Amino acid sequence: MDLQSYMPVPPGIRMEENFFSLDDILLSHERLPCRTESAFPRLGFLEKSSETRDIPEGTKMEMPLWLAKGLYERKRQVLSVELPKVYREEWRTVFGADPIVVDLHKMGPYYYGLGSQMLHFDSPENPEIANTILQTFIGRFRRTMDSSQNAYNEDTSALVERLDCLERSLKWVTCMYVCVIERLV
Amino acid sequence: MSLLTLRRNFFNVHVITTTKIYRENCLRWYIGDLASYDFIPKKYRHLSATNKFTMFCEKAVELIRELHRMGDGQLPAFNEDGIRQVLEEMKALYEQNQTDVNEAKTEGKSELIPSIKFRHSCLLRNQRCIAAYLYDRLLRIRALRWEYGSVLPTTIRFHMCAEEMEWFNQYKKSLATYMRSIGGEEGLDITQDMKPPKSLYIEVRCLKDHGEFEIDDGTVILLKKNSQHFLPRWKCEQLIRQGVLEHVIS
Repeated sequence: MDLQSYMPVPPGIRMEENFFSLDDILLSHERLPCRTESAFPRLGFLEKSSETRDIPEGTKMEMPLWLAKGLYERKRQVLSVELPKVYREEWRTVFGADPIVVDLHKMGPYYYGLGSQMLHFDSPENPEIANTILQTFIGRFRRTMDSSQNAYNEDTSALVERLDCLERSLKWVTCMYVCVIERLV
Repeated sequence: MSLLTLRRNFFNVHVITTTKIYRENCLRWYIGDLASYDFIPKKYRHLSATNKFTMFCEKAVELIRELHRMGDGQLPAFNEDGIRQVLEEMKALYEQNQTDVNEAKTEGKSELIPSIKFRHSCLLRNQRCIAAYLYDRLLRIRALRWEYGSVLPTTIRFHMCAEEMEWFNQYKKSLATYMRSIGGEEGLDITQDMKPPKSLYIEVRCLKDHGEFEIDDGTVILLKKNSQHFLPRWKCEQLIRQGVLEHVIS
């Protein structure tokens, strides 16, 4: 199949999501730790172990991102979202120290995408989170591009396992173009 | 007196801690990471920050995953069953929301509003998944026209539903109209030569008697059935399209 004919909708940039993008839909399926600030009557059946009819106030649950975005309001009447582990203080220092070493695929395959979406939830740490994501990407970018240029000649699968989805698509595009150039030369 | 133990902390540095705290921390890490861990012993249940919740819209995301798995543009079979299930879920959610909205309006029960918003988000999510599923399939079908030409192989045709087939025919017609309108009188087939051609001359075989054929440098070639010639590409293309000549790929 000629890869150039099929052009899927790309994922959104910055804090936006593209409605039709398959990547963005899978990204917004990731679960976040949340705490309900108001009760949800008649939805108790969603919790497997409970016998109550409602989801009481103050329940800690893991909500998918799309639901958290849909229910979140600035005044925090309904939901309060906690940051996932990867975007908290401890991990931010790890990324600050050396971003290249971290296995981003294990940390949730959508590190950059989810991080950008977390900025919707008005946490006081937003500027630091945004800065960390940016610096991580800058730190890892060189290694990613380097490996994709050499992927033609050697097996880089060990490195690819540690990349998150954004980096993988970047690497894939670069590899494709490197192949095209190699064939012409 | 609690035993002291040596362990490695987050930064891989050895620290001294008590065995009890070490054990609780391990479990905290273990349970916190495994959100899908079914059975947690009662005495450690307070360590689990999250309960196990199911959610709506799982079937819709499964449809999307099915497409996402085939990243190279192949068209999988149309998952009519999946779409039907998602639509049923949407119908159930909508009906529940209708009753709740009526109740909230007539009896003034404003505490139902968070649940209404919850279900509404689920409905929007299902709608988004179905729309993205159908749209991505159309993008793949569009790519098929450029890949296989006007006539699709039967295996692929079975993967398309009736409406998609209809869309494909309309797309073919639009493309043909456009190609006829450019490139002068006869039109220009832009689906040919997707990659730059390797050579200027190609080997062709004659399929039927066409008579005499003059090429640019003045030479006249007699096109008789089953004769093979080595001719300039641009001269042959039209005859190949008409079915008089056949490109021989050795």
